[in-house]
Amino acid sequence: MSLLSVKDLAISFGGVKAVDGVSFDVEPGEVFTIVGPNGAGKSTIFNLISRFYQPTGGSIQFDGQDITNMRPDQIAPMGIARTFQNIELFEHSTVLHNLLVGRHSRRKTHWIEDLLFLPRARREEHAHRERAEAVIDFLDLQPHRNSMIAGLPYGVRKVVEIARALASGPRLLLLDEPASGLSVEETQDVAFWIEDMRADMGLTILMVEHDMSLVTQVSDRVLAIADGRPLAMGTAAEVQSHPDVIAAYLGVPEEAE
Amino acid sequence: MKIHFKTDYEQDIRLFEDRREMLQYGLLILVAIAAPWWLDEYFLGELTYVLIWVLAGLGLMVLAGHTGQVSLGHGAFLACGAYMEVILLEAGVPFLLSFPLAGLFAGVIGAIVAIPALKMSGIYLAIATLAFGIMTEDVIILLEHWTGGVEGVFTPAITIAGVEIDRWGTPGYFYWLCLATVILVTLLYKNILRSPTGRAFTAIRDSEISARAMGINVSAMKTLAFGISCAFTGLAGALLAHFLQAFNYEAFLILISIQLLLMVVIGGLGSIHGAYFGAIVIGMMPVAISMIREEVAAILGTGNTAIPGLETGIFAAILIGFIIIEPLGIYGRWTKIRIWLELFPMARKDMFRRQKSYLKTERMR
Repeated sequence: MSLLSVKDLAISFGGVKAVDGVSFDVEPGEVFTIVGPNGAGKSTIFNLISRFYQPTGGSIQFDGQDITNMRPDQIAPMGIARTFQNIELFEHSTVLHNLLVGRHSRRKTHWIEDLLFLPRARREEHAHRERAEAVIDFLDLQPHRNSMIAGLPYGVRKVVEIARALASGPRLLLLDEPASGLSVEETQDVAFWIEDMRADMGLTILMVEHDMSLVTQVSDRVLAIADGRPLAMGTAAEVQSHPDVIAAYLGVPEEAE
Repeated sequence: MKIHFKTDYEQDIRLFEDRREMLQYGLLILVAIAAPWWLDEYFLGELTYVLIWVLAGLGLMVLAGHTGQVSLGHGAFLACGAYMEVILLEAGVPFLLSFPLAGLFAGVIGAIVAIPALKMSGIYLAIATLAFGIMTEDVIILLEHWTGGVEGVFTPAITIAGVEIDRWGTPGYFYWLCLATVILVTLLYKNILRSPTGRAFTAIRDSEISARAMGINVSAMKTLAFGISCAFTGLAGALLAHFLQAFNYEAFLILISIQLLLMVVIGGLGSIHGAYFGAIVIGMMPVAISMIREEVAAILGTGNTAIPGLETGIFAAILIGFIIIEPLGIYGRWTKIRIWLELFPMARKDMFRRQKSYLKTERMR
């Protein structure tokens, strides 16, 4: 059974149909990538899955459960974590603190326990920190553990975004343009980490990405969309050579019209 | 510069960074406990007043400093605590019970107020809470049956385990009561900050959208922040009732709410220290102003020592000064001075400028 199943998803803002009848299934352990030109509706699909937008049509199922009408904060405990295209970190906190916020959906203590800092709160705190440290080790963030986000370079912030999502111990990870603005080396790191996340942690990854070298390297399947409609689905090579996709990116030669 | 080699998670969790810090705060607490022996009665009274302000400031700091929700009507919760305390004491409830109940009452009212406030943020929330603060005055007068209306109420005397605690009769005991409450609330505050609840608060302050994505129920957490904040302020209100002994609606005019907000901004938003520093400045200001009043009158040549608006004018000037020169408040300035001293002579002039410019270019919100 597929982990995430999206059926006939649609949303319109006023008269603009941002997403119009997109369907796909993400299998467990798969890296699934959505590509498309700017404004195709990729990030909108992400915001629909992470429940920031309410779809005007269609349904979203995660692990057999319908999440179409859930609140954004309800899906994180189910095991869905995401990153943001325009980094949305907690600026005035340290890297470690950001990761610990990522653990929020796994908290077991009531706020009264927190207020009095009962022994269970202390034990939980140790457990959270242990998990956060494991993620820091995995993504080589040790030098930045206690740095404020506000003072970190862009490339590191991008990694902290992934780290914060990983800290929550998700089953499905939504990566919104993980390589945008990164150098070639940094993009290579991201590619390796995606491979490792899948192999070692057994994660399923849904990704939006423009960098075709990264897409080709890590994706099992690719979905191309344009103007909110699906164009083609298949391996990276199949999608790249699909005539509709080429037309969407480069336009149609005049004599062909 | 202190560098800690960390080998245990406890090092990040415990209350004090190291033994030195523990010793410093221990000494400070000892000096504070000994205050009735080394301070005369007038200044002990002023210090007690400052402690009550610290408590109210800690309350507002939870909301404005750590959750990022500005409240311009926190005086209302001070009133909730104060009147509830008097009502309960008059009904024969012992102080040890009435005191926490007064705080709890203010907290519940705060959580109820939070429900409509959830839909607002930034300037709109400030305006809504301002309206709430202005309303308080009239509500107090209207609820004459409980609040004594315009005439006001007298706070009954209290005893704990047979010992009478009175602001004038036994100022030392009353001071210790305030000190104990402030220390206890500070401890609770520290506990919130080192646990998931406090992290959720700061997450909401910094980015509501990612807080949601991390599974934080933003509405519930904001309501909780309002509740905790107002409960702390309510406790301050109860102590204020005993400090004033007789009061009416005039003790809770809108200016009090504005002064409270001013206090946390001057002290430094987002730090427990800020509430203390701000309360010391705001609490001591009237004393300082009364000391210079005669000189100012002489300079102005009015011959009258009652200069209208002098206090408000000075408060406003200080606030404007802070916003222009040091938006991080006294605590922010103190941190910079400390880092400069620790690094001496290696500190660079631009050390703090770099972070500022990062904030400016990369925050496109």
